Amino acid sequence: MSSTKYILGVFDDPDEMMHGIDKLQKNSVPIYDVYTPMPIHGIEAKLNIKDSRLGYAAFMFGCLGGTIMFSMVYYMLVHDWPINIGGKNFFAIPDFIPVTFEWTVLWTSFGMTFTFFFASHLFPGRAPRVMDLRATDDKFVIAINAKGNISHDDITNLLKEAGATEVKHNDRKYVSYE
Amino acid sequence: MASHSESIIREPLITGKDITYAKITNDVLRPVENMPGKAWWIGFSVASLGASLWVFAISWTFWFGLGEWGLNKTVGWAWDITGFVWWVGIGHAGTLISAVLLLFRQNWRNSINRSAEAMTIFAVICAATYIAAHMGRPWMAVYSLPLPNQYGSLWVNWNSPLIWDVFAISTYFSVSLVFWYTGLLPDIATIRDRAQGLRRRIYSVLSFGWTGSVKTWQRFETVSLILAGVSTPLVLSVHTIVSMDFATSLEPGWHTTIFPPYFVAGAIFSGFAMVQTLLLIARKVLGLENYITMFHIESMNKIIMLTGSIVGVAYLTELFIAFYSQNEYEQYAFANRIAGPYWWAYWSMMTCNVITPQLFWFKKIRTNIPLSWVLSIVVNIGMWFERFVIIVTSLHRDFIPSSWAMFYPTWVDVSVFIGSIGVFFTMFLLFIRVLPSVAMAEVKLLLKSSSEQAKKKLMDEGHVVPAEAEFYIASLEKFDSVEQSEYLKA
Repeated sequence: MSSTKYILGVFDDPDEMMHGIDKLQKNSVPIYDVYTPMPIHGIEAKLNIKDSRLGYAAFMFGCLGGTIMFSMVYYMLVHDWPINIGGKNFFAIPDFIPVTFEWTVLWTSFGMTFTFFFASHLFPGRAPRVMDLRATDDKFVIAINAKGNISHDDITNLLKEAGATEVKHNDRKYVSYE
Repeated sequence: MASHSESIIREPLITGKDITYAKITNDVLRPVENMPGKAWWIGFSVASLGASLWVFAISWTFWFGLGEWGLNKTVGWAWDITGFVWWVGIGHAGTLISAVLLLFRQNWRNSINRSAEAMTIFAVICAATYIAAHMGRPWMAVYSLPLPNQYGSLWVNWNSPLIWDVFAISTYFSVSLVFWYTGLLPDIATIRDRAQGLRRRIYSVLSFGWTGSVKTWQRFETVSLILAGVSTPLVLSVHTIVSMDFATSLEPGWHTTIFPPYFVAGAIFSGFAMVQTLLLIARKVLGLENYITMFHIESMNKIIMLTGSIVGVAYLTELFIAFYSQNEYEQYAFANRIAGPYWWAYWSMMTCNVITPQLFWFKKIRTNIPLSWVLSIVVNIGMWFERFVIIVTSLHRDFIPSSWAMFYPTWVDVSVFIGSIGVFFTMFLLFIRVLPSVAMAEVKLLLKSSSEQAKKKLMDEGHVVPAEAEFYIASLEKFDSVEQSEYLKA
């Protein structure tokens, strides 16, 4: 029983990495995750990752922010302290629109971004779960959980064939900084 | 997707030979990972002197009160609001570049969006200082918020554009900040993973633990797109509301419906001019010629020319409408602008904003770096005069001729303004020192499709129609960062 926990296929080129994913999938090797220095378009479909639902969150937050602001202005200007401006209507909707719009945008942005941070476990001070330090620089890394029935050498060969410049057998899941 | 070739006739967005992903990281992070050079220190010293002047002048204002400014009973708004609108206008380019150009899939935005967004944030900070300073007693700022109070509660007047502005500017600032910082996370993670010791710890905290996994990138792209979607109407709303501060008043010269589109065009105009002023220097000093290319410079100059022309049309429309309105007060306001005691301000505005940007019709001029830089400064000056003209000339001769007056700035007015430029540059110079000034992840996206080397490879492999290749080579001539001799073959 080897002590390898994760096998990393390190690629120099995103297209070769995509090719590597195809090869692994053809050979039924499950992929744990892929780390890249830039977004790779089309990779989600390949890895069967569902569409992000952040758009729905953004929409809901926007509706909430707009509603809060509109109700607040309505309460203050129509109900709590109506101001008589030349006998004009207290419920002057056009005047409510700019601030309602601003809060719709504000709540959409903050609500969605903080949902993103929450869902992706991003917050100041979180210890980075990094498998290879170069994956944020110039390497495209496919991580494979070494626990499984497929021989590690086969995985290594598959990755090499696909064009991996380096294949790592890591005993630890994450690179520790300390 | 990364390998999809782009049409050969498009100009390259990354020039140079042997550009790799690693080289992009190294080039962009050079100023962050090394001690700054002499140019940076000189710039930083001058800028901090300016910032100190600002601190002194603003403290003076708070200590002795607004009487230290040149305001009088007739001209109750002058350099402060001019400076405010000027800075807010400058703050429009960043979000325009990052949001509107993203929605239009303008890939050339990728290498200039980061610094433009940073510039936006710093410009809005400078604008906000004017609001606080102008209150005289800055703690009174709390009364601009709808908080319950002992007077009833007496709420803020939601019918007033000044209150809309409080919400517009604060929303714009915070959304721009979120947009900018979210975009920075992957690049901060790059610095973190290359650093050691304390630096690594600091950038680790700042990176929020970014790893670049597939799901994170997918969500990141969703967030960027939706933020761009909501920022686009936001950026248009901000200067619209700023213009309503004037347009909803009954002052001749202000009370016009053209103000919102005219102010928005002016804001984009001045914002791009400031981006140009900063980037032409930054690309040279930071050695980013391969990423901020002549194509970027020319594109920005084209936008400056277009928005300058829109502003020019707006000026002429204002004059025509004043004539056409047959309203003698409106007509006098404009006659006074053109030929009154502030004629020099009006004609400086006209020259700098309408006439000189037309020089960009000449390709020789818009691809000339020193001239572009000078003209961008000219635009900045012109846009300052535009606000000064709108504000002071409308106010200084009001309805009762007995109260007509002139406005003379004091040394405090001047120092607060010059000081705010110092504050701006201090923040910008610190930014390029500690954070990547180019969005590395986004530039890496372009490497395999839109770079000069990728296109050259296509040509060398013979995948290109010869006529198109010729067209492409001809378009490369203007680039100062392209090795022209490579393309000289028979």
